[in-house]
This record gives sequence, C-alpha cells and structure tokens, in this order.
Amino acid sequence: MRSTQARPHASDDHERSLVRRTMPRTLFDKIWDFHRIGQRVDGRDLLYIDRHVLHELHAHHAFAQLEKQKRPVRRPDLTFAVQDHTVATAPGRDENTNPSGAAFIKAMRDGCRKNGIRLFDIDDREQGICHVVAPELGIVLPGATHAVPDSHAATVGGLGALAFGCGTSELAHILVTQVIAMKRPKRMRVRLDGRLGPHVSAKDVALRLIAEVGVAGARGYAVEYAGTAVAAMPIEQRMTLCNLNIEMGGRSGFVAPDDATFSWLEGRPYAPRGRMWDRALTYWRTLATDDDAAFDREIALDCTSLEPQISWGTDPSQVVGISEKVPDPAAIDAGRRAAAESAFVYMGLAPGMPLKGLPVDRVFIGSCTNSRLPDLQVAADIVRSRHVAEGVFAMIVPGSSSVKREAEAAGLDRIFRNAGFFWGESGCSMCAGGNGDRGKPGERIVSTTNRNFENRQGPKVRTHLASPATAAASAVAGRIADVRQLVAGAA
Amino acid sequence: MIQPFTRHIGIAAPLLVDDMNTDQIAPFLASRSLKDDYRIMLFNRHRFRDDGSENPDFVLNKPQFRKAGILVTGHNFGAGSSRESAVWSMLANDIRVIVAKSFADIYRENCLQNGLLPVVLEPDVADAFIARVVAVDGAAPFTVDLLAQTISGPGGPDVVFQIPAAERTRLLEGLDDIGMTMKHADEIAAWEQAAAKAQPWLQTARDRRQV
Ligand code: SF4
Repeated sequence: MRSTQARPHASDDHERSLVRRTMPRTLFDKIWDFHRIGQRVDGRDLLYIDRHVLHELHAHHAFAQLEKQKRPVRRPDLTFAVQDHTVATAPGRDENTNPSGAAFIKAMRDGCRKNGIRLFDIDDREQGICHVVAPELGIVLPGATHAVPDSHAATVGGLGALAFGCGTSELAHILVTQVIAMKRPKRMRVRLDGRLGPHVSAKDVALRLIAEVGVAGARGYAVEYAGTAVAAMPIEQRMTLCNLNIEMGGRSGFVAPDDATFSWLEGRPYAPRGRMWDRALTYWRTLATDDDAAFDREIALDCTSLEPQISWGTDPSQVVGISEKVPDPAAIDAGRRAAAESAFVYMGLAPGMPLKGLPVDRVFIGSCTNSRLPDLQVAADIVRSRHVAEGVFAMIVPGSSSVKREAEAAGLDRIFRNAGFFWGESGCSMCAGGNGDRGKPGERIVSTTNRNFENRQGPKVRTHLASPATAAASAVAGRIADVRQLVAGAA
Repeated sequence: MIQPFTRHIGIAAPLLVDDMNTDQIAPFLASRSLKDDYRIMLFNRHRFRDDGSENPDFVLNKPQFRKAGILVTGHNFGAGSSRESAVWSMLANDIRVIVAKSFADIYRENCLQNGLLPVVLEPDVADAFIARVVAVDGAAPFTVDLLAQTISGPGGPDVVFQIPAAERTRLLEGLDDIGMTMKHADEIAAWEQAAAKAQPWLQTARDRRQV
C-alpha cells in the first residue's frame, strides 16, 4: 500500500508508525496509516485526501492562487463544491438576492467550470450546506479521508470518515496535490454511555461534553466517540456530535461505522453499488479500534441523567442544564472568571439567575449542526398544533435542498408554516449570518447552531445554543423553555 | 511565495485574554467582497464602535500600540472558524509574530502557511513575559529572532522559545508548501494506483444514478 522506497528523512516518528502496524491500533491509526503517503522534508506526514468539498466563501481565493501559479487541480473528479455560506434563504432566491454573496457565488462557479469540478449550484436540487450534502449523497464513505475549508468538517465523522477542516492555503494545497501535510495528532477516546432521556439528543450530549472538557480540551487530538449512547444514536445525531468536536478544539472526530452506518449509506447516489458495495462493506466491517489499542487520553461521560442543555455565555463551553441557574462568576475558577464576567455583560444576564423563562426574540433551527430531516421532525412534533409566541421571529432553514424536499413531502413545511415559522431555502443562513440573515442588536436567540461567539449572528446578538427540541419549545413559549415541561403541558 | 521570516522587531501589544476566536479576529460581518480590506477587518468590532468611530479602549487603538508588530496573548488563540482572513488581517497590519500560551490547531497552521510566526511560551514563562510587555507599555520594541529562537527586549533577559525544527526551517526559508509536497508526486501517483486496487471505491466518486 505504502511506497516502500527509503526516505532520507525518516524520523523516529516514522519508525514508530512502522511498529504501530503490528500492534493493536485505534481506528484513527488504521485510517491514517492507510492514507499516509510518506513524510515530507519538514517532518510532516502526507495524507491522501479521498474527498474534498469546497464552498464559495473560501474557494475563490484558492482558485485565484492556482491560476496565478499555473497549477492544475489534480483530482477534479474527487472534488466537489457547494454554494452555502452566502446564499439567500428567501423563497425564489437567486444568486443576487443576497448582494454581498453574488461575487463569491459567481467566482466559485467560474473556478469550478474552468477546473472541471462538480458544483452543486444555488439552483441545484441537491444544493445545501457542505457538511450536510456530502454525507447525504454518499460522497463521504467510512474509512475515507475528507477535507473541507471549514472548521466543521468533522460532521461527516458520524459516518466513520476522518475529516479535516482547513484554511485557504491548505485548500489550495489539496487541490493541487490531493494530500494534506500534517503532524500526526494524538488519539483521544470519548466514551458516552447510558440511555438518553426523552427529548435529550446528541446536541445536549455534545454541549455537556464541551462544558466538561473545555473549548481547548481536544486540541491536538483526533477524537473517537464510542460507548452505548453513541451506538444507539441514529447517524444524523452522530453527525451532530462530531460537528461540535471542533468546539472543544478537536480538528477531527468520528464514530466507528457499524450496521446503522452501512444501511444509512446503502443506495445513496455516490455510494458504491453491487459487487463493489459488497467488497467495500467487507472492508468497512474491519474499521474498528482493536481491543488493546491505547489512546493518549480517555474521557467518559454517563448520559443517563442528562437533561436538555443550553449555553448561557459567549463560548460553547459556557453551558448549563435547562433547569439549572447560570453560574455565579465568583464560583468559576480564576482562569475562566474574566471571560465569564464579560459574557454576562454581553448576554445581559445576572449571576445565579435561571435561564428558563427568559424572553426570546428569535429562534433559529438550522446549520450543519442540526438541520437534517430528523432534526426537523423533532421540531415539527413539538410545534404541531401549537403556535410561535407573539413577537418571536422563528425560522427553519433545512440543511439541504434534498432535506427541504423530503420535509415537504412529509408535510413538515405545513406544520411549520401553520405554526408561524419562516420556512427557508437551504443554506448556512443565520449560523454565521453570511447571507444577511442576522438578528438585531440586543436580540436574544435560541439557536441550534454551533457557535455563540459575540456578534456571530449579528452585531450584539445574544445566542443561546440548544437542541432543535429546546429551540422549538422556546419558539412556542416565547421564552427559553424546558421542552419536557412544554410537551407535558406544564409550561 | 511566502515572505521568509528571520527576525522581526516590533512593539508588543498585550491582548490579555484566552480563547480569542476568529469570529472576533476577522469578523465575517466585515467581509463584503472578494477583495476584502484585511487591514480594516482585524478585530473590527473591537476597534470600531457602532457609529464607525474608533474605540479608544481597545489595545491596538492606544497610541503606543497603533504600530504594534507583535501580539501577546493567552491560551487557545484563534479558536473557532478556519477562516484564513484571521491571519491575513494580522499581516495586513504588519503583525508578524503572535506570542501565546497556546494556539488553536487550524489557526496555528494558517499562521505557518503565511509566514506569521506563532510563538508558544510555557504558561509561567509567558506570564513573566506578559508582565514585561505590560511594564514596557509600548515604549520600546522587542526583537523576535527565529534563528536564535529568542525574544529580546527591555525589562529582562532573552526569552528562549521552542519551535519544531522543520517548521522553523520552513519559515526561515519561506518554503513553498505546495512545492515541498510536489517533490512526492511519484509517491502520490503510486498511492493512487495501489488504492485503486485495495479500496477502489475511494478512487472513484461518481453519481451512480447517471451510470
Ligand atoms: S452552517 Fe455554520 S458552521 Fe456549518 S458550514 Fe455553514 S457557516 Fe459553517
């Protein structure tokens, strides 16, 4: 598999990786070793990238760089592009609906045409958020490597792929070489055990985990999620879990593929078929961490008594359970106190107050974190025969045009519209506001996205991250709500 | 392609926070076109108030730090989005060194890609250095020497920092990242051939509805 030619710069690290092959290995090691092409003069491993997905916000820089350097795209056939970050969500949209997106959209369209790259353009029936489209079309495969110039690339780790979020220079590098140059990360395993309670989902688990581990807890690690709670999660929830991996600092995070993965993938447009599928399946079944394989760090979290979680601050580790009060900065350890205090000011909160009951101005259900069909189904179940509270602007933006179509076929759009939700065309929308969908200064939003950073969803906007269930319940209540109470009729 | 880095002399500005994220460093909302003004983008929402006037309290707006060439900060600098504008906007403001207790992975990589030197100091060394930077208060510059791996300047002895040798070479020589990898073109081609046999589904990505 690997080139056996002697490498003049072989280092200890390389020696170790040779030994590793005969020792029990983690799934991460298996995927890494298979894709490792060699070692570069600067000591970095060169790792082959099986699938590369671009979006319009960063693609044009890379295309311009390639053009200037007269370097071709090595594997346009393994490269895909999606318009997502800047596309408008208004019904009947086109590339000019969001004026500040038009140039990005056209530049990527141009670059894709010149370089022979399959583009899911704004009017393509399979357009959507890059991290949603790639898995649902079967472009992502278990044990494959995957790169996207966006930090939430690890979303597709839910299918057992090893994904890397990249910057623009790395994007250009992959276009030209089809490899990424990296130092081998350390290995971490996160065990999530126990049964999730009603209305508790992967989003709640991930938020709790980030709160426990911190926003830099997984920095330098590739994270494998394991345990009974993960095994019980449907694929979409595994993707939510892996999506939030970057919020604890981890670039790559994944779940070992299992039968649920394989049946989810089978028959998807870009997935192998027939004899090739059988062969792939035989291989994919070997994709697991060996029993005695060692991790550099292990973390365990029991999810049995976990309640719905919600963020109170301005980083995704500032999280409490829905029935808890926001912490008193005095009770937070010294290193985190200043950040907590400034978060309190920004978020307009007082120490020790409950979040539940706080009036909200907006609710957003969408983003690569929580915009797949089951996310929308959960929300629809909650808002069915209910209505968005007066004064609340609530919007639902499906993660892809395919999700939108499927939701409409199932009648979800009618449920949402009847309940007073805005039902949008697919894209990133309010996640980062790149398409103009933003909150107004001072507004409080319950959002199913992944980042509650200051000004992310609009200047001075106050974001509370939560699950689709909590967001839907809050839209109906007009306040931050405990979905369990709402459903039980006690809110 | 990238400017080689050997030595950089500059005023050191203290930005004493942890977890500074790229949404703050290079706000998306300040991005409007294909040719963004990265100079203005840097910390846009910290530097300017809603009415467009400057916020005099932000460190880089203080008279002594307006021409800062070195940013000194806490843990996990550059968390969040992978946007490279968060590095380009530093360079557009002639900041070529960031001294931190730690960096987010992708941000650090983006620095190396662009010839911006990310210096990591152990927390106690960093705290001592920060104290010096605060005491000097922009009155005199510091010199960051990548050859010697030292930071020198007022208020104390040279501070030695570590950086992987290969990354040091790459910065010193301004090595072209793609060029370095292209030396392995044969190995890449050989891998593709072998993979097409071992896991053929990886080497083709076709919409099978159209076959
Ligand atoms: S939905 Fe948000 S996090 Fe996801 S790719 Fe789009 S902007 Fe990035």
